[in-house]
Amino acid sequence: MTKDKDLELAEPGRRDAMKCLAWAGAGVLWTMGGGVASSVLATAADAATRKAGSLDFVQISDTHIGFDKAANPDTLGTMREAIGKIKAMPVKPSFIIHTGDLTHLSKPDEFDTVDQMLKDLNLPVFYTPGEHDTLDEGGGKLFLERFGKGTWGTGYRSFDMAGVHFIGLVNVINLNPDGQGHLGAEQIAWLAKDVAHLSSSTPIVVYAHMPLFDAYVPWGWGTVDAQAALAPLRRFGSVTVLNGHIHQVIAKTEGNITFHTTRSTAYPQAKAGTPGGSPGPLKVPADQLRSVLGVRDITRLHGRGALAIVDQTLA
Amino acid sequence: MPSLNPVHPVLAIAVLAVLSAAASLSPQPRGAAAEAATMGKASVKIANFDFGPATITVPAGTPVTWTNNDDDAHSVVADDKAFRSAPLDTGESYSFTFAKPGTYAYHCGLHPQMHGKVIVTR
Repeated sequence: MTKDKDLELAEPGRRDAMKCLAWAGAGVLWTMGGGVASSVLATAADAATRKAGSLDFVQISDTHIGFDKAANPDTLGTMREAIGKIKAMPVKPSFIIHTGDLTHLSKPDEFDTVDQMLKDLNLPVFYTPGEHDTLDEGGGKLFLERFGKGTWGTGYRSFDMAGVHFIGLVNVINLNPDGQGHLGAEQIAWLAKDVAHLSSSTPIVVYAHMPLFDAYVPWGWGTVDAQAALAPLRRFGSVTVLNGHIHQVIAKTEGNITFHTTRSTAYPQAKAGTPGGSPGPLKVPADQLRSVLGVRDITRLHGRGALAIVDQTLA
Repeated sequence: MPSLNPVHPVLAIAVLAVLSAAASLSPQPRGAAAEAATMGKASVKIANFDFGPATITVPAGTPVTWTNNDDDAHSVVADDKAFRSAPLDTGESYSFTFAKPGTYAYHCGLHPQMHGKVIVTR
């Protein structure tokens, strides 16, 4: 199955695009420079074929509205720029996934601002909370009231789009002293049941705020019970996991499962394990800030084959 | 816990030495240290994603105040959920008074890899 996809994707005419793209699910990965791949895909022929049965969506993450410290005093401005990038994409995405830390302090006006700004895109938005979105007295109640429609338990959900099964998980509620994100037995049982009826050829996209792989455990960049949650997904041919939280792009492949963290629109964080560093806001020279912030476009051409992931900076 | 004279300063220091020796047997975050509260109050600084000192020892009835010096928000949550601060933005503080002797382990509710401990003596 995977080999067929590779052959299909490697046909002449697609090669140039492939150089710039990270193909998830095929187990092959290319890195790319900011935004180049989008223009490569922007041919009229591509736009036409992508209309029918194609999947195109955007991941935005860690907008941290309410943060105004040295690492970025204007998180509202950079989020606005990120929305501008989404509007300028050659093919209009059909929906948005926000992988958490919408806000910095879970304040009602911060939630309202994020909601209003993304509504400007006139697209469905699927939110999953980050730990910064669960700081209210109710431990995430404000988030659920606003964005929890159609979800289960702490806010997890699944839905189908263009033949792909999407699973939104929540790994930031009641964080334990064990030092990482966690999902909990109830959610893991729900997930196993949710995918039980699916054919193994169904492409799966999982999204959650904290990494579902060990990105860097000493800084809490992992999910303590991720392996248990992923167990029922191992039989699927293509599983793409999208995370936020660490404000940088990291990819990892484990069998048929590929993990991708994405950039923030607010501020960068140090590379994992930087000596003397911490997983907090990192101040970079002002003229470099936009090159470390960004959004991500995810595409599946012709409604089949692997997912293409394009990370676009705000620069 | 053996019965000890709570007001004798030399004894109190001896108790601290024993407690910190005992504490060193179990894994602790870096920079862990025991500190006596002499002025009837005690403070813990949150900086660079660490609680400092990571272990603090106070007599019962002493208020402990945590102050966040980081640009990111933090919180103070007891491992057993007995106390929990609101999120602390930069420069904000939270105080909790420990009435009963015992060892209280806590963590940051946003960054649970950050651990601290309050040891309350009689």
